[in-house]
Amino acid sequence: MGAGVGIVQGDPTLEHIVKGNGLALCAAGPWTARFASELERIVADAEKLTGSRSNIFIDVSQISKLDTFGAWLIERLRRSLTQGGGEAKIAGLSANYSSLVDEVRRVKTIPAADVAAVTIPGLLDQVGRSVVGVGSTMLGLIDMLGAVLAASGRVLTHPRGFRLTSTVHHMEQVCWRAVPIVVLITFLIGCIISQQGIFHFRKFGADIFVVDMLGVLVLREIGVLLVAIMVAGRSGSAYTAELGSMKMREEIDALRTMGFDPVEVLILPRMLALILALPILAFLGAIAALYGGGLVAWLYGGVDPEAFLLRLRDAISIDHFTVGLIKAPVMAAVIGIVACVEGLAVQGSAESLGQHTTSSVVKGIFFVIVMDGVFAIFFASIGM
Amino acid sequence: MAVPMQEAIIRVRDISVRFGSTKVLDGLDLDVRRGEILGFVGPSGAGKSVLMRTVIGLVPKISGRIEVFGVDLDAASASERRVVERRWGILFQQGALFSSLTVRQNIQFPVREYLDVTQRLLDEITMAKLGMVGLRPEVADRFPSELSGGMIKRVALARALALDPELVFLDEPTSGLDPIGAGDFDELVRTLQRTLGLTVFMVTHDLDSLYTACDRIAVLGNGKVIASGSIADMQASQHPWLRAYFHGKRARAVTG
Repeated sequence: MGAGVGIVQGDPTLEHIVKGNGLALCAAGPWTARFASELERIVADAEKLTGSRSNIFIDVSQISKLDTFGAWLIERLRRSLTQGGGEAKIAGLSANYSSLVDEVRRVKTIPAADVAAVTIPGLLDQVGRSVVGVGSTMLGLIDMLGAVLAASGRVLTHPRGFRLTSTVHHMEQVCWRAVPIVVLITFLIGCIISQQGIFHFRKFGADIFVVDMLGVLVLREIGVLLVAIMVAGRSGSAYTAELGSMKMREEIDALRTMGFDPVEVLILPRMLALILALPILAFLGAIAALYGGGLVAWLYGGVDPEAFLLRLRDAISIDHFTVGLIKAPVMAAVIGIVACVEGLAVQGSAESLGQHTTSSVVKGIFFVIVMDGVFAIFFASIGM
Repeated sequence: MAVPMQEAIIRVRDISVRFGSTKVLDGLDLDVRRGEILGFVGPSGAGKSVLMRTVIGLVPKISGRIEVFGVDLDAASASERRVVERRWGILFQQGALFSSLTVRQNIQFPVREYLDVTQRLLDEITMAKLGMVGLRPEVADRFPSELSGGMIKRVALARALALDPELVFLDEPTSGLDPIGAGDFDELVRTLQRTLGLTVFMVTHDLDSLYTACDRIAVLGNGKVIASGSIADMQASQHPWLRAYFHGKRARAVTG
């Protein structure tokens, strides 16, 4: 080995001597990844020396340490110096490194694909694709609805195929464990509605009407809508993430090859749990909101509990309550179907799982609000 | 080279690891010498991967001392540790490629973090690494989910080698590959070890790998290294597990 053995310290260098038609380059020091940026600079400087020189000599005997980075940069230098058709000799290569240099000599460089620039046709193309995407989303939802209904039909005719354990497990996850947070949030919302109502109604001495507002709003709209949004964020996202990671790990394919229908095994129990859970949570939420509203009305507005209850009985009818509870299972079904469609649409990457979980929650909430609007028109026209 | 061949790159002394009440490693000692390929074998569930993960710091140990490149990893400061981490590369059992990055980005990721180099050099080095692990340049812009099992292992190896480490940990590199692919992979590890002067710590189950790729073999049993030495030493050993392993039906098929 050369005299440079063991000298790993110090910086890498590349000296050049121009002599007539010839060029000699002498590389020394550590040519390793650690010094990559320096090496790149000195190689770029040396590349400028290229002219119509026919006789080029690269001496590497003084290199103390060489790795892929160094070997490649020497190879890059050799390539650019011989572009004009000349010849370059690499001399003094130690036997340890010759296989590495041979290896990088085989490297073919291909430029990375250019990132597509933003153009007007490109933007229009994206808009078009998104519009078509909306259509295929709707189709996907209808497809899943059909698959779930078909699976329920099969389970009804062959009840042994029903997964009770799984359903109970999901009930625990989406219903039982959601109770504290749902009750807490609806309680607070009830308090806020009541406080705001009293504050503004007091100006024209209509304090007591806050009970009417609270009753109608909570039982008919806010209770179920708020709980549905919370369930979409809490359980819809969980469903998408669970199904998505199962899809990524080919667990769903495994089920299918064992002769199980993933809709029956995975989706039906989840849908059923959600459809049962949402009315229960909406009911508990409504009670908590009324309780919170009543508490604030008493402590802040001076409406004592008996007066509150009497007024509540007059102000609301059973219809308000029924309307709220009729909406709940339908919203649950919408959230469940969106979550399951998104879960099964997950591709191989972690990023895709994140995107579909996000879009599961966003679409779930969007459809819940659309459904609420549709229900409002429907109930208004049948006079409920 | 100026450094003696016997210098230990990894020096593990008396380490114990416990999961709950089960002791997985119990006072284990092991040396990995510079420039060798050490094959680490043992029954399934004996703690081979646990040892590897303990050395690289993913599993906490309850006692013992680990030195890598002469640095005591417990006493090292965060920046000393980072220097050590830059000098090793790890191939995980399942590849552990970043699923949302392409092959090119996966290989460039560690380089971009540690070195200040131009995109052009990054791309060229990526191609060099892909070539070294025997993959075509077209693979560079695919995502991990679009690769076969063997390709994933190769890309993961290319990523482990991205910063030209001196030490490489391979966790079952040939599991899940067909025998020809596994043979190629062993050959590849051997070639890279010669070309780049690597030290390789390889956890494996593959008898062929032990015969063709490894310089030295260490055997794990009851939380300790029960034997270490060349393949001939292993075959001569009278230890019951070693006899079953190296003289069983599958071993006879390998040795012919």
